[in-house]
Amino acid sequence: MTESTEETGRHAGIPGVDADVAEAAAAERDIAVKVGDDLIEVKNLTVKFGGLLALDNVSFTIKRGEILGLIGPNGAGKTTCFNAMTGVYKPTSGQVLLEGRVLNGLKQHKITRAGLARTFQNIRLFGEMTALENVVVGLDARHKTSVVGALLRLPRHVREEKSSIERGMALLEFVGIADQAATLSRHLPYGSQRRLEIARALATDPKVLCLDEPAAGFNPAEKEELMQLIRTVRDDGYTVLLIEHDMKLVMGVTDRIVVLEFGKKIADDVPSVIREDPKVVSAYLGEPEDDFA
Amino acid sequence: MSMVDGPTPLHTAKADQAAEDRGAVGTPPGSSAAARRSGWFGGLGEKWQALPRQKQWLFLILVVILAYLLPIINPPLISTEPGNDFPLACQTMAVWALVAVGLNIVIGYAGLLDLGYIAFFAVGSYVTAMLTSPDSTFLKIPYLWTIPVAMAVTMFFGVLLGVPTLRLRGDYLAIVTLGFGEIVRILATIIPALKGQVGFQNIGHPPGTDASGIPIFSNSNGTPWYWLTLTILIIVLLLAGNLERSRVGRNWIAIREDEDAAETMGVPTFKYKVWAFAIGAGVGGLSGALMSGQVGFVSNAKFDVVTSILFVAAVVLGGAGNKVGAILGGALVAYIPLRFTSIAEYKYLIFGLVLVVVMIYRSHGLLAARQQLLAYGQKAYAAVKASSDAKAAKAKTGPGKEAAS
Ligand SMILES: Nc1ncnc2c1ncn2[C@@H]1O[C@H](COP(=O)(O)OP(=O)(O)O)[C@@H](O)[C@H]1O
Ligand SMILES: [Mg+2]
Repeated sequence: MTESTEETGRHAGIPGVDADVAEAAAAERDIAVKVGDDLIEVKNLTVKFGGLLALDNVSFTIKRGEILGLIGPNGAGKTTCFNAMTGVYKPTSGQVLLEGRVLNGLKQHKITRAGLARTFQNIRLFGEMTALENVVVGLDARHKTSVVGALLRLPRHVREEKSSIERGMALLEFVGIADQAATLSRHLPYGSQRRLEIARALATDPKVLCLDEPAAGFNPAEKEELMQLIRTVRDDGYTVLLIEHDMKLVMGVTDRIVVLEFGKKIADDVPSVIREDPKVVSAYLGEPEDDFA
Repeated sequence: MSMVDGPTPLHTAKADQAAEDRGAVGTPPGSSAAARRSGWFGGLGEKWQALPRQKQWLFLILVVILAYLLPIINPPLISTEPGNDFPLACQTMAVWALVAVGLNIVIGYAGLLDLGYIAFFAVGSYVTAMLTSPDSTFLKIPYLWTIPVAMAVTMFFGVLLGVPTLRLRGDYLAIVTLGFGEIVRILATIIPALKGQVGFQNIGHPPGTDASGIPIFSNSNGTPWYWLTLTILIIVLLLAGNLERSRVGRNWIAIREDEDAAETMGVPTFKYKVWAFAIGAGVGGLSGALMSGQVGFVSNAKFDVVTSILFVAAVVLGGAGNKVGAILGGALVAYIPLRFTSIAEYKYLIFGLVLVVVMIYRSHGLLAARQQLLAYGQKAYAAVKASSDAKAAKAKTGPGKEAAS
């Protein structure tokens, strides 16, 4: 009786770090990496859409183990920056390097396998799949079963299928939606969909997790919970690039912040300095306090 | 590429859903999971999942036995006689079911609208014809050996067609495949070795003769052909099931649901689309080989685009994405004109109307039960359900009880 109580107790825990869960979700990974060397280098990235300069010569680095905030008013080019980094858009010029390896020109799925995972600002889950299946698609990025292997159910397929159930459930538990594993993702409540996006991206075992406004549409309490989850993700040894529109929110969770305005980088510093930066303040002037972008 | 984060018109439905769900945070988990699985056959899929494993097997074995006995029982009312020989009708239905299962991999799983699937059917038919018919100048091999050869050749054609065209999406792909369906028919007309309307006669069949020396697999003897096709259909179904509950099936469904997001999650989308095309083509070729063996004659006249559209109709009618639905759709589309010979003339009109009605009232087809995509998912789901049931029970008994235990 006591055993089963403990079992169910674990499902209830949302982001508060549960050592077991964190361990299972982040297997084979040194938990709690110190902030260190440059993991990602963005060099003079420029993206033009016709005549529109959406990203203008932007450079910054992401250090191993940190949470880097990428902020700026609506239309500043944050999402464009993500898309250029993850291979969705071909940059007009400039480079993106992951551990010194140039990512430009790689196919998107190769960039993901190189270690850059992302979520979408407008949720893009696989609607007709259950939550667990969505996560397993992410896990499949690291799997090697071939079509023949699946057709004949060869041992590798069996091994990978079994481990993916375990890891998938652990990831769902990690983001706090394990009890909805069997629900079609399009039927999940909005907040769970956002969390599932994070679990699915984590499933690809990234070096850097890029989150595009993961708290969009949340109320302040939900936002705070999500930020707690992001901190936990970092504590598990992932590096995080966080796009967030809401400046106040981002101050509390990030180690460093890059500010974009009209496609240009206008500041790059620790939150306490960013807060006082007159350029940043004026960029955000006239912006609504709490924007449900 | 179109991964813009702005308001993309294509995703408004999803956005609506999201907005809707924002209000529904409190709904208990799992309550809506099965919402789409019910319909005309009122939650059939769900009831099926709820059955214990042994009962599922028992039921399946019964269905399979009945399926094998179908041409012998020749049930009144259902029978196509006197208009059409019933065992032969069964064979035609089985071939159409096989076609639908193959096309379902392309349309239902990977979401690639292939309007020229007849091309693969044709290639399979011609391979068998040319390797067995005395009318052909090619080397001859036994009929049964032409089946794997036909599959291999059509798979090659699938890759050949897929590589240049699968970079296209949606409507563009549909139009290009439609063109391919026509090209094969036209090639059969203009290339002398393919003999156009004259065609190939006396196509081979599996070995064996009965007591009076007549081949068991003669053109007019439907039952053995039906048994052969049904056996192959069952094997294909089992293999398709293996693919479904694997990385391959999940990648296909992910591509169908959102190709860009799939690519971003590490799915090599192009490669898997080509695989879907090739495997689908292989099954198409297999069906063609079986059909041409039974009919014994192949010419260009049979492979028109309208038949190709009927193949698509079979898949959509049955429920795209569901292999059992595909069998039902394929068998029905073949059966109706054979059974109701008086209306066979109007079959396109009737199928058109039926499709319109089905799409209006049941846009996911007759059988929309969702496919399982995890080989070992049931256990995990059961565990989740058990734990949430336990939680619910605990909530009912109240917090005081817990301390006591
Ligand atoms: N695919 C595209 N085609 C044309 N313009 C685009 C495209 N994507 C983004 N933009 C434009 O680039 C600018 C930056 O957009 P975006 O990166 O989405 O901003 P943010 O994410 O910071 O709100 C906007 O002016 C937007 O309209
Ligand atoms: Mg954006």
